[in-house]
Amino acid sequence: MSPLLSLILIPLVTAAFCMAGAAPRRISLFGAGANLLLGLYLLASYNIEIGGFQFVSEKALFPAYGIHFSLGADGLSLVLILLATLVTFAAIWVTPQIERSAGMFYACLLFISAGAIGAFASIDLFFFYAFHELALIPTFLLIGIWGSGERQRIAWKVTIYLAFGSFILLLGLIGLWQAAPEELRTLDIRLLQQLGSAGMMQPGPVVYLLLLFGFGILIALFPFHTWAPEAYASAPAPAAMLHAGVLKKFGLYGLLRLAVPIFPAEIQQFSHLVLILLLGNILYVGFVTMAQKRLDLMLGYSSVMHMGYAFLGFVALNQLGLGGMSLMLFAHGLTIAALFALSGEIARRTGTLEFSELGGLAGLAPKLGLLFGFAAMASVGLPGFSTFASEIMIFFGAFTRGTVGTFDWFQTATALALWGVVISAVYMLRAYRRVFWGSRGSAVKEGTEDVSSGVRWAVILLIAGLLLTGFRPAILLHYLNPAFAYLAS
Amino acid sequence: MNPLYLEVAVVVLGIILLMAEAFAGAGHKRGIAYAGIVGLLGILAATFVADPAAMNASAPYANFYRADFLAMFLKQFALLATVIVLVMSVEYAPTVEASMPSERRGAGLGEFFALPVLACAGLMWMASAADFVMIFVSLELVTIAFYILVSYLRGSAASLEAGAKYLVLGALSTGFLVYGITWIYGVTGQTNLAAIAEALPGLDNAVVPALLFGFGLVLVALGFKVAAAPFQFWVPDVYQGAPTPVAAYLSVASKAAGFVVLLRVLQTFVSVPELQEKIMPAIALLAGATMIFGNLAAIPQTNLKRLLAYSSIGHAGYLLLGVASLGAPFAGTAIMFYLGAYLLMTLLAFLVMTIVAQAVGGDDLSDFAGLNQRAPQLAFALLLAMLSLAGIPLTAGFLGKLFIFECAMQQQHYVLVALGVVAVAAGFYFYLKVIRAMYWQQPATPDGPEIEASPLAKFTIALLCALIIWIGVYPAPLLALIR
Repeated sequence: MSPLLSLILIPLVTAAFCMAGAAPRRISLFGAGANLLLGLYLLASYNIEIGGFQFVSEKALFPAYGIHFSLGADGLSLVLILLATLVTFAAIWVTPQIERSAGMFYACLLFISAGAIGAFASIDLFFFYAFHELALIPTFLLIGIWGSGERQRIAWKVTIYLAFGSFILLLGLIGLWQAAPEELRTLDIRLLQQLGSAGMMQPGPVVYLLLLFGFGILIALFPFHTWAPEAYASAPAPAAMLHAGVLKKFGLYGLLRLAVPIFPAEIQQFSHLVLILLLGNILYVGFVTMAQKRLDLMLGYSSVMHMGYAFLGFVALNQLGLGGMSLMLFAHGLTIAALFALSGEIARRTGTLEFSELGGLAGLAPKLGLLFGFAAMASVGLPGFSTFASEIMIFFGAFTRGTVGTFDWFQTATALALWGVVISAVYMLRAYRRVFWGSRGSAVKEGTEDVSSGVRWAVILLIAGLLLTGFRPAILLHYLNPAFAYLAS
Repeated sequence: MNPLYLEVAVVVLGIILLMAEAFAGAGHKRGIAYAGIVGLLGILAATFVADPAAMNASAPYANFYRADFLAMFLKQFALLATVIVLVMSVEYAPTVEASMPSERRGAGLGEFFALPVLACAGLMWMASAADFVMIFVSLELVTIAFYILVSYLRGSAASLEAGAKYLVLGALSTGFLVYGITWIYGVTGQTNLAAIAEALPGLDNAVVPALLFGFGLVLVALGFKVAAAPFQFWVPDVYQGAPTPVAAYLSVASKAAGFVVLLRVLQTFVSVPELQEKIMPAIALLAGATMIFGNLAAIPQTNLKRLLAYSSIGHAGYLLLGVASLGAPFAGTAIMFYLGAYLLMTLLAFLVMTIVAQAVGGDDLSDFAGLNQRAPQLAFALLLAMLSLAGIPLTAGFLGKLFIFECAMQQQHYVLVALGVVAVAAGFYFYLKVIRAMYWQQPATPDGPEIEASPLAKFTIALLCALIIWIGVYPAPLLALIR
């Protein structure tokens, strides 16, 4: 059995065991741990000298229509698979005691994980799409059954929004398939990339826009972002970690995989539109984030805001920008997962996430405060964390994209986007102060316990990953850069 | 073996079952259904050894009976649907017994099991009909069987009302059909489809409006059969009132047969480019209206049967989208694939609903609340059916939609595709409503009666679930069968 297939099957089999019965937590920790080790092993055994897609396995399901169940991974997919396995492991580790049908809860988490890994490991468009869609239903159930607040309304909204987005995406993928000359039609991503860069297919702007907005809705591109903050605020913390940290990266991954090699001209043609929208993400949503009165909503908006940087790297369309964007997928995934894990812990300790009722928590729970500080700094993009490395690459990439010597669209947008760093510093530090410092809030009672050991170690694991790749981004860039090396020439 | 014998065998089986009813003991009425299931499965096996080549052009009856690929596919389709409907009918038997005025055990059951077999023969003839007269006769055979079946629950006012509605509208649509055939005959002098196709190119331009009028009337009649908007209004009331297995039968087999007749009639008329230009926009209009109406009107429904009725209208819309894209080389296969997937998922939903409604005593969505806690396996089966109907990947329903939309995009029906996106998103909403009821909500009576199903029904449910996933992941065998 191919190693990538085992990466998908391990969570699925574990989920089946969880639904069947006993000790779901122990089983899923074991399964997710095994998957993490396997992901690391694959990354280590990937041969960078050869490059390209490795560990390839193919099985023709419907040859006449070109649907193959084919798996394969290059450096970019392997880094994302590592992200998925790492966040899954952390999310399961931080899961608290579940009151209602615990087996089902863990099974849903593992299903999301399997869907994300499957999408990252597929080199066939059909399964690339199908695996992502597979993760939608567990999200619906997680928010609907175990969510907080207006969970039912929110679960609807998210599911309809995402289904709508993925259907637009599906039309784009069909358009992509039809654009190739009849005898060369294929769903194989590798062949599509070759056809695209060889200029043998010109799907045209309509298909690009379908892909851009299909993926864009999934990524929460402004103005299609309204589903995300509510969903993350309502979802139980492990679900928010997996969705914001891993599943949302699918859209960006899809843009990197399909749009960049096949639509370079269209990306350029519509770059002004994307620049305006991404500034909406960074500035407008940034200000909205500052105005939030609850920690979980604030984190949800901040994750939407950071997607603006990713799009900036995308339209820059050079090695620096795209390398920074792909590094950001990893760095942002770990950061937001750590933040949601900690906010879940705060909610459990104090019973609320309203800033007005919190304050002075650091005196009672110093370790929680320290960990949150680290995660908040990573989110702001402090040097030393890989978020910094990725953001600076994106800014440099976008700035050099424009005409040198003048101040055109790209330079202007980059200069405005830099303010996003200030905005995120403002809201993150303010949140840190309101929750952990100052006078004690009404919900912070004497005897509030410090962070539980499960959450502590899971978050330490995530932060260690961020610091390691922050001090030596080359560890990952080594894998990521070859994917965009052709742009350098 | 000549495929003509297939229908003969089904009719003989139906008559034997009816006669056996007179002699079967009160406690053994269900044996009639089991005998029907076994007999139909045998005939289903025989379709694979039947030799369509025996019905070549020189064979007797060949001018009104066609045994081409489409016909054989629909024959197998109708047989399989009838078998599953009979399984469902056995589960439904207590309701039928309870509604009969006679206190005798097993009263009225025999005919309830035998009539679907006779309707099946009509459906199989419809699949092969190549002449308007044949189309009319086979259609009536099916419809008359349904007149009886829809109003079968004599004690239930809803069933009687449904029967009356179906009778009036069925008769009306038959009127449209006959009148339309008359106009076409008047213009071409032929009732045979092949002969009409030959006569069409030589026609004077002055008679084209008359021909189109006739075709329009036929289209209206077929619109009633497949439940295309704006001829769909009878569907929700009739489905809700009719016995559940009959509603399932109507929504699957009767609709599929309507589509096959529509395809045959269309093929005849669109062979002339001037007619094609006028006819295809009308089909496209029907497709758009049906997709949008079926899916949007389903949203506020609170009764699962009504919801499935609107869903069946919505799926007729997707199928019509495939018909409107007939120019694409793959469209025929796409439509047949969609019909196959539709059969599996719709019958699965109706089967689970029959079992649950029997135990709970109602088929409102609120009756399905908390089903996950009471009967997790049934809830999972219904979940799968809903996911497939909504079109989640790795289920048969998704591939069906994918193929249809692919054809539509190839034919550049962009407006219809955009409407389809709205329809699919709306579909997500109301199919998830069922999932929400089963998984999120608490049962009204937590300690209600145990929900039981016969081993045969359980086996059928498991088989349908397995097929939905198998075809969704590995469609090659089914596609090889229908290419």
